[in-house]
Amino acid sequence: MSDIPNNLLYTDSHEWVLDNGDGTVTVGITDHAQDALGDVVFVELPEPGRELDAGDEFGVIESVKAASDLYSPLAGEIVEVNESLEDAPETINDSPYGDGWILKLQLTDQGDLESLISAEAYRELVAAEEDQDD
Amino acid sequence: MSDMKQTPLFALHQELGGKMVPFAGYSMPVQYPLGVKKEHEHTRRACGLFDVSHMGQVTVTGPTPAKAMETLVTADVVGLQKGGQRYALFTNGEGGILDDLMIVNQGDSLYVVVNAACKDQDLALMRTGLGADHDVEILDRGLLALQGPDATAVMRRLCPAACDLVFMQHDRFEIMGHETWISRSGYTGEDGFEISVPSGAAEALARWFVDQPEVEPIGLGARDSLRLEAGLCLYGHDLDTTTTPVEASLSWAVGKPRRVGGEREAGFPGADRVLHQLQARDHRRRRVGLLGEGRAPVREGVELFDVNDRMVGQVTSGSFGPSVGAPVAMAYVAVEVAEKGATLYADVRGKRLPMVISPMPFVPANYYRG
Repeated sequence: MSDIPNNLLYTDSHEWVLDNGDGTVTVGITDHAQDALGDVVFVELPEPGRELDAGDEFGVIESVKAASDLYSPLAGEIVEVNESLEDAPETINDSPYGDGWILKLQLTDQGDLESLISAEAYRELVAAEEDQDD
Repeated sequence: MSDMKQTPLFALHQELGGKMVPFAGYSMPVQYPLGVKKEHEHTRRACGLFDVSHMGQVTVTGPTPAKAMETLVTADVVGLQKGGQRYALFTNGEGGILDDLMIVNQGDSLYVVVNAACKDQDLALMRTGLGADHDVEILDRGLLALQGPDATAVMRRLCPAACDLVFMQHDRFEIMGHETWISRSGYTGEDGFEISVPSGAAEALARWFVDQPEVEPIGLGARDSLRLEAGLCLYGHDLDTTTTPVEASLSWAVGKPRRVGGEREAGFPGADRVLHQLQARDHRRRRVGLLGEGRAPVREGVELFDVNDRMVGQVTSGSFGPSVGAPVAMAYVAVEVAEKGATLYADVRGKRLPMVISPMPFVPANYYRG
């Protein structure tokens, strides 16, 4: 069973969002997502300053198995990307909610956070997916 | 996955936490809890156990099995000494590769190992091609591969005599009361053994191996990255029916006696074309190794361009090489650009990533040659 912290918000495409309380959020991929991907070997990061809409593709994460697109959970401007992932992409496997964060967004509209799903709802979504796998 | 076939180790894979996926009609472990990258690294550093029981194991018996086999494959089989193992290619009438295989001379018979996905085709090919006086029997045996620098130390505890084999030698041994066939070979570039055992004894033997402190079970994911770093082809990806041995840079698999001027010149399907290509060197493309920069894997299907933006080839296998620490790939490229050290550009999501044509294997081979 994967780790799904209660203090985060989630998307159904397996990103997590941490509300930093200052109009910015930190974004990464969930423990379930990193486990499904397998060993991450490469992360293609966007340039800071880029404006994203919710659902925009902003990068690619590659594991030993496959490449997966990364989608922005919310609209905003990229204020920081986790450059340490360029040399140590495996950090996403080791610490998906900590040092494996991917980027920080300055939100266009704080109210958009309501479009995300709670830990409880995400837990149900993952459980349903894991049932399908069996 | 209920219609999937299972190897004798299916229950053990599940017990060990293997993530099972369909592969060539079988339910096979793609990885265990250790994960693909660590399984790869463990095999290079210590020792890995692979279940390759999905492969086709066959014996050919009859009056002249080696001579008969030479009508189907490019290798020198007649010249293979008892206890010797050799890589061979089944070809079609155009010299295209139908499958790659291993042939062992067991003295009284040939022992042949073919790819899982080609098993039925190869069996039919041998049954019709070898003539009515030769018997082709598919064996009810499991196949394990023990690979890595610690493989010898592990094997010494179980069957010390097998450690006297050198690379590409084979013999029969009794282990745990069962007749076991062991070859000093593998698909990782490391020293190791391929161990054929009666199906009913496969699980007990595999359990003994994974209980050894050096040994981890290894799935198909790491098997693929290990063989790619070792420069070894995967049939259906790097080799297919449209590829000749010369184009595949496998001319060495065409035995000397089978070549122009040899004692048993030609005599295999498509020999005209293959022997012509060997002499005239007028083939248009060939298989090369590519070494990338950075970390982005360059995968199968990616197109390759020269400095003038001309499409010159395509990747047939590619991933990030955990032991190389860089992207590695095999590709077919136009012969005029296929020079070692030349740079080609891989089109990955619209970006052109430079890759240098590099000798294979990408990691030094670690075979035991005595």
